[in-house]
Amino acid sequence: MLSVKNLHAYYGRAHILQGVSLEAKAGEVVALLGRNGAGKSTAMKAIMGLLPPAEGEVSFAGRRIERLAPYRIARLGLGYVPEERRIFTELTVLENLEVGRQMPRPGVPAWTETRLFALFPNLARLRERPGGLMSGGEQQMLTIARTLMGNPSCVLLDEPSEGLAPVVVEQMAHSIRALKAEGLSVLLSEQNLHFSRAVADRAYIIEKGQIRFGGSMAELAADASLREQYLSV
Amino acid sequence: MSLPSILIQLLNGLASASSLFLVSAGLSLIFGVTRIVNFAHGSLYMLGLYGAYSLIEALGRTPLGFWSAVILAALVVGLVGVAIEVLVLRRIYRAPELFQLLATFAVVLVIKDVALFAWGPEDLVGPRAPGFGSVEILGKRIPAYDLLLIAIGPVVLGVMRLLLKRTRWGALVRAATQDREMVGALGVDQARLFTSVFFVGAVLAGLGGALQIPREPANLDLDLAVIADAFVVTVVGGLGSLGGAFLAAILIALAKAFCIGIGTVHLFGTEIVFSKLTLVVEFVIMGVVLVLRPYGLRGKKPATPRTSGEIAPALTSPRWQVAACWMVLFLVVPLLGDRYVVVLLTDIACFALFAASLHFIMGPAGMVSFGHAAYFGLGAYAAALLFKRAGLPMEAALLLAPFCAGLFAVVYGWFCVRLSGVYLAMLTLAFAQISWSIVFQWDSFTDGSNGIVGIWPSAWLSDKSVYYYMTLALCGIGIVFLWRVLFSPFGYVLRAGRDSPLRAEALGIDVRSFQWAAFVLAGMLAGLAGAAFAFSKGSISPSSVSIGQSTDGLVMVLLGGVETLTGPVVGAALFTWLRDELARDTQSWRAVLGLVILLIVLLFPQGLVGGLKALIGRWREARA
Repeated sequence: MLSVKNLHAYYGRAHILQGVSLEAKAGEVVALLGRNGAGKSTAMKAIMGLLPPAEGEVSFAGRRIERLAPYRIARLGLGYVPEERRIFTELTVLENLEVGRQMPRPGVPAWTETRLFALFPNLARLRERPGGLMSGGEQQMLTIARTLMGNPSCVLLDEPSEGLAPVVVEQMAHSIRALKAEGLSVLLSEQNLHFSRAVADRAYIIEKGQIRFGGSMAELAADASLREQYLSV
Repeated sequence: MSLPSILIQLLNGLASASSLFLVSAGLSLIFGVTRIVNFAHGSLYMLGLYGAYSLIEALGRTPLGFWSAVILAALVVGLVGVAIEVLVLRRIYRAPELFQLLATFAVVLVIKDVALFAWGPEDLVGPRAPGFGSVEILGKRIPAYDLLLIAIGPVVLGVMRLLLKRTRWGALVRAATQDREMVGALGVDQARLFTSVFFVGAVLAGLGGALQIPREPANLDLDLAVIADAFVVTVVGGLGSLGGAFLAAILIALAKAFCIGIGTVHLFGTEIVFSKLTLVVEFVIMGVVLVLRPYGLRGKKPATPRTSGEIAPALTSPRWQVAACWMVLFLVVPLLGDRYVVVLLTDIACFALFAASLHFIMGPAGMVSFGHAAYFGLGAYAAALLFKRAGLPMEAALLLAPFCAGLFAVVYGWFCVRLSGVYLAMLTLAFAQISWSIVFQWDSFTDGSNGIVGIWPSAWLSDKSVYYYMTLALCGIGIVFLWRVLFSPFGYVLRAGRDSPLRAEALGIDVRSFQWAAFVLAGMLAGLAGAAFAFSKGSISPSSVSIGQSTDGLVMVLLGGVETLTGPVVGAALFTWLRDELARDTQSWRAVLGLVILLIVLLFPQGLVGGLKALIGRWREARA
């Protein structure tokens, strides 16, 4: 589904991604773990074309996408949920969803407002509420719903649990499992190992712009030194 | 004033307000989504008027011909807007915002010459709207067409609101106004969205122009006049607020209409000519509104727009070897060239200092000025008046003039540094325009539109070459002084304040005071440039304070590149020389100049000097 090989990216002169390779198969939930500043968000942006990669290959649904503009990547069915949520604060919930709307794609679950409100019941009550007047958790739900309106087959979720209350984190885990049940692939970046364990099938660990580990959640759970070295604060 | 005549002025004002609103709404829409201040919006309005004139001639002066012509003209102008977006702006969305401004200004020059070529220099008076007579109200006859215009404003406001609130396009436009990168990541093709926004914005400008054909002759000066009005309306109303623009358009059009209507009034024994205030009144309103409500009547504090722009590179002081080469060139060339070269070089020296002073506030200090000519022109006028009216020796007038210009900068700057970004730029424009109208209209003191003549340098400077060396020395010292300041702690504070005002303040720096000081310093040196320029020409006219002079300064700085110190100087030299060459050899020098600027913008999005530096850097890397 999504495959990244030897990806390099720079911010100005700073060499942030130093040869990242990873993969997410169809229907799989994969976690990209790492500390603050390890390169998780940069990897997401580089895959999405928001930060054009300097070197490396990104393939999605059988096509090379590393040179495409972000909107073309999105139209191929790769959804992106940014870390800072980036809700359109002046627009209502329904209008935010409208901006995300794209044509249905064959073989991929097609989302409508009704189906999204079933998945995120909190949003249903807030249809006409401007995005700027919602709580952090509601905004996080909205930003995922907005991306789903594009009917993606794979979603990049950048730190979905960050800054959320424990109850909301619980809901978030539930939603991600629901997406997996729909057959979507998910690549999520996380610092929260506990949360990742609850949703992901496999994990990568990134440190200083390089992948240090790739394997199943079970392998990661068994290896305390690995967690100690790359994840503990 | 009697009740009926008040009513007439009221209706007259409201009829003008509609067109003003249409142009401003288009400008505001385009700025919101693309972050481009479209200087060419006034030119689109002008094209609307000319287009309607020609189309009515072609389609016949019948109601059907008239209205088809108006609508067709608006649509054609919309297509011109699309062409500007697709051919020029789309290529430079990643360039610094100021560079996009420069590009739209080049478009102004091109459109002006195209209009001159197509319609000639004479004013074209359009026909009355067929089928519209006049209506009698309170014993006065009022054109029925004016009443229709008054209705069109609110109708367009309503339609635009519906479009923005009820359609997918509207949701995309509002979303892109806040975060266009995110809109792209959701699968929306920004290029197509921007093109559509340009189309709608340009149609509004064209419609605004076309609708005025029965009331206002088409002429070539409309472009800058209308863009200044539209800036004022947009800023007074609040950027991005259609309702605000509507209110502001009415407020300003009414104020103007009443100034004309009141005419001359005797108050406390002095004669006040209100009709002369029409040129100033809108800028006074803008000044007052911005001081009271920094984001306009209905505007909100702008959300810091997400830009993928890179941080300004560190300034480097020019290497002395390079500077020495230039100095030798400037010293030797006049010995070889003829009188004409000496005059050109004198102009270049003056404009180089003018551009360097503008760069000082807009580059390192981060305050873009659309009205820097105020200080250049006021310096020139101060020199001329001290010399002619106060009878001071020429040398004293020349050296005192910068302080007069500085005094104005103290006052204007105090207001300006309270704002930032586009709002600040617009306020500088307002002050420049106020200065211009005072100079232009105060016949008894400044000799009005004729300007002041007979201001020649003292005998020892009367030789053109000697005067050139004196100017070179003065301006050279001024420029080097500005450069030195930038590498003093004062300069560091300015750059810190530009890059991160909050952090600078947290360090205990009063950013605003420093900006104010920078504003005054730049004003003084621009004044010096103006004074030296005045004596080199022997005369000075209001055009030295005009919007045109301010934009010339902007073009010089941006052409050379705002990120280097030598850029503005090179830009001034190139621009002055190019304009001179083109004006001598071709009728359409503006169009050629515009095309040259466009070419440079498209090839060197960092300015000439920045672009050359990048090229040299790449060449060095390739060799290493």
